[in-house]
Amino acid sequence: MAEKGKQKIPRQAMPEQDPKVRAHNFDEVPYGYDEKLAQLEAQRCMQCKKPQCVKGCPVEVEIPQFIKFIVEGDFAAAARQLKNKNSLPAVCGRVCPQENQCESTCILGKKAEPVAIGRLERFAADYERNHNLVTIPEMAPATGKRVAVVGSGPASLTLAGDLIKKGHEVIIYEALHKPGGVLVYGIPEFRLPKAIVAAEVDYLQKMGVKIETDVVVGKTVTIDELLEDHDAVFLGVGAGLPLFLNLPGENLCGIYSANEYLTRSNLMKAYKFPEYDTPIALGKNVAVIGAGNVAMDSARTALRLGAETVKIVYRRSRAEMPARAEEVHHAEEEGVQFELLTNPVRFIGNEDGWVTGMECIRMELGEPDESGRRRPIPIEGSNFTLDCDTVIVALGTRANPLIPNTTPDLKLNRRGYIEADPETGKTSKEGVYAGGDIVTGSATVILAMGAGRKAANAIHEYLMSK
Amino acid sequence: MYKIVDKKVMAEGTVCQLEVEAARVARKAKPGQFIVLRVDEKGERIPLTMAKQDLEKGTITIIFQVVGKTTAHLGTLEPGDSLADVIGPLGMPTHIKKYDGPVICVGGGTGVAVLYPITRGYKEAGNEVIGIIGARTKDLLILEEEMKGVTDDLRVTTDDGSYGHHGFVTDVLKQILEERKDVKMVVGIGPVPMMKFVCKTTEPFNVPTTVSLNPIMVDATGMCGACRVTVGGKTRFVCVDGPEFDGHQVDFDELTKRLRMYVEEEKKSYELFKQKHA
Repeated sequence: MAEKGKQKIPRQAMPEQDPKVRAHNFDEVPYGYDEKLAQLEAQRCMQCKKPQCVKGCPVEVEIPQFIKFIVEGDFAAAARQLKNKNSLPAVCGRVCPQENQCESTCILGKKAEPVAIGRLERFAADYERNHNLVTIPEMAPATGKRVAVVGSGPASLTLAGDLIKKGHEVIIYEALHKPGGVLVYGIPEFRLPKAIVAAEVDYLQKMGVKIETDVVVGKTVTIDELLEDHDAVFLGVGAGLPLFLNLPGENLCGIYSANEYLTRSNLMKAYKFPEYDTPIALGKNVAVIGAGNVAMDSARTALRLGAETVKIVYRRSRAEMPARAEEVHHAEEEGVQFELLTNPVRFIGNEDGWVTGMECIRMELGEPDESGRRRPIPIEGSNFTLDCDTVIVALGTRANPLIPNTTPDLKLNRRGYIEADPETGKTSKEGVYAGGDIVTGSATVILAMGAGRKAANAIHEYLMSK
Repeated sequence: MYKIVDKKVMAEGTVCQLEVEAARVARKAKPGQFIVLRVDEKGERIPLTMAKQDLEKGTITIIFQVVGKTTAHLGTLEPGDSLADVIGPLGMPTHIKKYDGPVICVGGGTGVAVLYPITRGYKEAGNEVIGIIGARTKDLLILEEEMKGVTDDLRVTTDDGSYGHHGFVTDVLKQILEERKDVKMVVGIGPVPMMKFVCKTTEPFNVPTTVSLNPIMVDATGMCGACRVTVGGKTRFVCVDGPEFDGHQVDFDELTKRLRMYVEEEKKSYELFKQKHA
């Protein structure tokens, strides 16, 4: 097709479940492109000689090349091209904030809408998996070096894939009973089906990565013990401890951290209670405090668990909400309501100790604060009570001290996160590297993967020079 | 999978002891710490305390009371069966040291299983240890012989007077505190009301009192906050900050309410289990 004609093709939407239907089931929201739609969308790519999109990707996926394979109809080749740089394309195609990364730098976006790179990535990866075309890549000869990887979230999975290909022995130690980290306990089934995570983990195992679950590093074994029989250690343990507001009544029954609420539903499958043993509060009126992606995931989970009303309570305005536009859009379509410029003051409970309401105060925006966003200021006398029987606090996390507590020579920053070189992941301790949320604080899946990639390169260099 | 190698049923079938292969946990476990287990793929994660560990065999011993679906399910398992997951040791170990006066270890019900390794720790550290253990009735009493072996003086109480002192552990505790002015530490472990009353008993005597809390947990590594309790007006996570706290600072009433959070679901789950296994 001529260049002109390409530009006339509009950005292709991804078919998805009707909002009214999907608000009551845990099935994935979008169905994904079929082959025809994918090829139509792929044709929009200009195949730039100096592709800006690649610069926007934290792991530098060879975007024009994989899209070209889709145009040509060689979908498996597209997937293999993706996997050169991104070990988890089916995951990233679903949860990456492409609008701030590759798609934000796509040249088409200047005049019209950018190429739907994320949707194409998802399509290629799904095609390969669903058609059993996944092949084990060529492996370097064994080096005899052993690497311990702590945690099995996106940073660790990326690093494990890279290092096993380079011929090192890789053993992942996971604290929970299932590998995948936040991909398994945090992101809900309707946004990232767990079968996809399982397939990615299975792929790593087929390449030879060993995974030991139920190992809480810092408790079951220490870093120093790991260093006795491993040549290097990577810490990709995630951020950990949930933040609370420290408001009166916060320990009433029915008040959850988003971590707990999502872990119960996602990892423990509480949405299938009593088939699964773990229960979860089936609130009628649910309030979610915060407006990030995790808040949206919590709100949408509450809807699917049968809530009649679900309200996002956020102290700033819509413009400042940290969640991806797509997540906010999906939540709103499904019926989640927004109480913006509203902040909780205290929680109110009944005599059984259950939450029955939340006293809130209205806010207005003042001058910008250090984050550059306008500072919310309470409007005196605007207090009101919001009735609710379940509250989910989704305000982010802080560093988990489990590992630092038993590793005194590991240097931390002021906020308790592990100090690591941003280019290599090298920590203050010989042979120990770190990456992902435990270094940066809560961030995204792809940033953690980028950190895993850099640390894998640095560890490889370290091992080969030893 | 974690294989069960031995099983004992105690207290008229209401309390069960399992010895489970978990070499890594056994190697690291210290008095006061706990494990989380999951019986099978659909099971919940529950915290339980270890009564013993055997380094040579690589096993740990757990003791639990059958109170709901998960513990009932556990109780049906036999040697040769396996648990899906055993995770630990978790929580902070008991800070055991030598005091220049007696330590009193008070245990009620299955709390004695938690108390036993701590009592042994205090004894091994060279302390004079007085034990007080109680149960509703004689047949529900557990670990009497074991506790005798690690205390200088063991008192036994039963609520119905079928054995030992007729009354509560707190009666005996109060009596000893009145007689012995040199008591330096009290450890109280058992049902929440019992721990609350142990603390009330020791408060006027100004004796430091440690309790071990067993709230609802999910991951038990600090990630979820299900186990939060108020201690001295501050929220603490039992899984990483505890399980032991200064009993005089603990908000027991809040803990009681939080423990009842899923009482309806627990009932439902247990009923379904009983129907299936009838």
